Amino acid sequence: MSQLPHKVTADPKGVESGPHFMDGDHALAEGALAAGCRFFAGYPITPSTETAERFAERCPSVGGLFIQMEDEIASIAALIGGAWGGQKVMTVTSGPGFSLMMENIGLAVMTETPMVIANVQRGGPSTGLPTLTAQQDMMQARWGSHGDYRAISLVPDSPQECFDLAIEAFNLSETYRVPVFIMTDETVGHMHEKVVIPPADQIEVVERNWYKGPKGEYRPYQFTGKDVAPMVKAGDGHRFHVTGLTHDERGYPALTPEQNVKVVSHLINKIDSNVDKISRVEEDGIEGADVVVVSYGITSRIAIRAVQEARKSGLKVGVLRLITVWPLCENKIRELAGKIKGFVVPEINYGQIVLEIERCAAGKCKVISVNSCGGAVHDPEEILTAIKEAAK
Amino acid sequence: MWEIKFSGFGGQGIVRCALITGKAISLYDGKYATMTQSFGPEARGGACQSQLIISDSRVLYPYCTVPGVLIALSQEAFDKYEPGLGDGGVLIYEEELVKPSGDPNRVKRYPIPATRFAEEAGNRLFTNLVVLGFFSAVTGACSPDAMKKALPGLVPDRFLKKNMAAFDKGYEYGVTQHDAVAAGAVQ
Amino acid sequence: MNDVARNMDDATFRQQNPMAEFLRMERMPHIWCPGCGIGSVVTSFAEAVKESGLDMDKIAVVSGIGCTGRVAGYVKFDSLHTTHGRAIPVATGLKLANPELKVVVFSGDGDLTSIGGNHFIHAARRNMDLVVICVNNFTYGMTGGQMTPTTPTTANASTTPYGNYEYPFSLPFLADAAGATYVARWTSLNARNITESIGEALNRKGFSFIEVITPCTTLYQRRNRLGDGLDAMQYYHDDADIEHGADTRTVDITFQGKLKTGKFVDRQKPTYLDAVNTHYANVIGDDYELYGKTPMEKKAEEDAKKHGIDDLPEPELTCDSEDDA
Repeated sequence: MSQLPHKVTADPKGVESGPHFMDGDHALAEGALAAGCRFFAGYPITPSTETAERFAERCPSVGGLFIQMEDEIASIAALIGGAWGGQKVMTVTSGPGFSLMMENIGLAVMTETPMVIANVQRGGPSTGLPTLTAQQDMMQARWGSHGDYRAISLVPDSPQECFDLAIEAFNLSETYRVPVFIMTDETVGHMHEKVVIPPADQIEVVERNWYKGPKGEYRPYQFTGKDVAPMVKAGDGHRFHVTGLTHDERGYPALTPEQNVKVVSHLINKIDSNVDKISRVEEDGIEGADVVVVSYGITSRIAIRAVQEARKSGLKVGVLRLITVWPLCENKIRELAGKIKGFVVPEINYGQIVLEIERCAAGKCKVISVNSCGGAVHDPEEILTAIKEAAK
Repeated sequence: MWEIKFSGFGGQGIVRCALITGKAISLYDGKYATMTQSFGPEARGGACQSQLIISDSRVLYPYCTVPGVLIALSQEAFDKYEPGLGDGGVLIYEEELVKPSGDPNRVKRYPIPATRFAEEAGNRLFTNLVVLGFFSAVTGACSPDAMKKALPGLVPDRFLKKNMAAFDKGYEYGVTQHDAVAAGAVQ
Repeated sequence: MNDVARNMDDATFRQQNPMAEFLRMERMPHIWCPGCGIGSVVTSFAEAVKESGLDMDKIAVVSGIGCTGRVAGYVKFDSLHTTHGRAIPVATGLKLANPELKVVVFSGDGDLTSIGGNHFIHAARRNMDLVVICVNNFTYGMTGGQMTPTTPTTANASTTPYGNYEYPFSLPFLADAAGATYVARWTSLNARNITESIGEALNRKGFSFIEVITPCTTLYQRRNRLGDGLDAMQYYHDDADIEHGADTRTVDITFQGKLKTGKFVDRQKPTYLDAVNTHYANVIGDDYELYGKTPMEKKAEEDAKKHGIDDLPEPELTCDSEDDA
């Protein structure tokens, strides 16, 4: 039953090809449009609002629809409806809105509904620091909705990557029928840099895997733990049913422990068994390194500055930048842990992904967390100090 | 590498200055530029600032550590940001709005009656473009051609010519002042 | 009854039931209690669909959580059973993503007006093109009879064991005030009227709200010592008066008091999508491509464009993704 993702090139109507000087939030909207997203439901929240504004501005000329919903709960609910109505869908938010979305992120996971949710992170908890940067929602992206599940999280480090990863997020979302989070942050969201949007025929887009079988035989689910069933859209005569309840292949409620095992293990394994295909990292100087700095998003740029300084003083330091944070490249971390003296993990939070690095390192090497509790990026000196400590 | 801070009060086109320069640098001058700005309550009324990093290689750290250039278009902005300007740096200020204090020899000071020049060019709204022209001339951080290429889309089409004229006015004045400062005539 | 006999009964039931065209018979029997009014409303809905002549493939049903939330799982339409209170925003997304659908929301009073109250008033405000049917039994049935925003003052509920001291919502008034363009209320005794109202709603555009007062025999009736389903029907028969066009400020419900029913509101106003298209066509002009045109409308427009021009028409990619599959 498995069907390979159907790849096509982007619809030129949504692609503003050429070089731009653009911030990350705007680039997210452009990436979504290039990926074929034509339905955006959102609620304004700093520092993500510019994405919604850009989408609203561009919609009328590309045959898309933007709706400002009454809150973030409604926004993600509308995405679920929109996806089953046949569209590629997106919303964007920040911490408080991300919290409100959590229940329906679970519904999207359970109903295997593709969608892209960008979280332009700001300092928390609660209203926190609305205009200042943070990476404090990384674990929320992993565990935020109740129950056991997997989703995918990508973290861009620049406006250019906001554009690129928006497209990748849609492609992964369609391939695995799973919500994909773009966990960016205020700094990248509001930072202007050069963004080059390629010609439409150079942008690869994964189309939805549409069911092509006869009416009356459509099954919205297959619990293989590897790949996902094709989709239909409402109105095509397949009379599908989906529910947030534990369900069978037909989508009908099946409230037994045995069925729950089938469903939940599928939701988890369809991601876990494809980590190698999903996960993307950027490595530099890992071979022969004594210390490896693991970072993601804006922090990785700050970290490189510290690494450059460390290398000048003769230290052998590698860089592992997580572009995909969830699922985590656990095997790579385990393998490195046996070869190096220590990991340094700078994050703009009180230590989140570092917990995962510690778990994978399993005591085989040092793991040093470099915290920055939100509001500002690191001082490269702090990271440098940790690198020196790890190299001892 | 250049670390530049544009500052003033809301409505002076501070952020626009940084945007134009960043676009000019990264799209037409073949270098890397990263621009950030203050947001929210910080950006309402009062002091407003925008930062631009220019580099021959990819910019890593996106904010100014020690700015080498400060553009101050209000007294508040001067008071707040001048102490952070690096020794020997370049200070550009609107001479009718800012009365500089402190050691006049710590940094190179470039005053300009930008508002008056803008009014002469048709409207005080062009003050920021006068300042940009002046900045381009005295620092050489960005070529005037690239700046002009960057204007469409960032200033209203109907005012494009007037903005260009304002830029030229500032640039020409900057060339004379740059020479003067270099010769030690203006401090 | 032994298992074999029961299975045979089920099979016969499934084959012969006049509702077989509308229900997922493989999911019968349903979970609703004897005397519950939800089934009556579903029957009226099926009747209305039959009479409307609408293409059943183009009708979608969305529901939230609770006893009424189960409707989506039983009806043989494209259907989404969503989270508590969120049927309306899901329906909104569905309708906007594929405007050729007629989207029907089935929701209970707690689901629709407590946890989902915000979505309810905003969909009404936008005149979102939805048919919203609220089965109002004054209680949360699925979870054991707790108080809802429509529980009449003084009525007993599991969370108001000494009687309800809150003021309830009058749903027709709420819907009307929020901007709904069609508002009706019936009791589940009025099967024909419900069918008629749902039929009208299916055949019009805009936010249509139909409230049906129904008995929850297991909890609300029993806890308030109001007897069984038949007693509820007697109450509806004796105390419900039809007053079409009644001012919605006058239709509030008191505990076992007089009930005003009828069609209270029926007015025309552009729907959300009409407003989107009209506005963009006005401010953007000919360059704006109407959103959500039906395939027939698209073809007509393309033909018109082609008239006198040899160029091939540009394909429109808004909603029709099948060709790309």
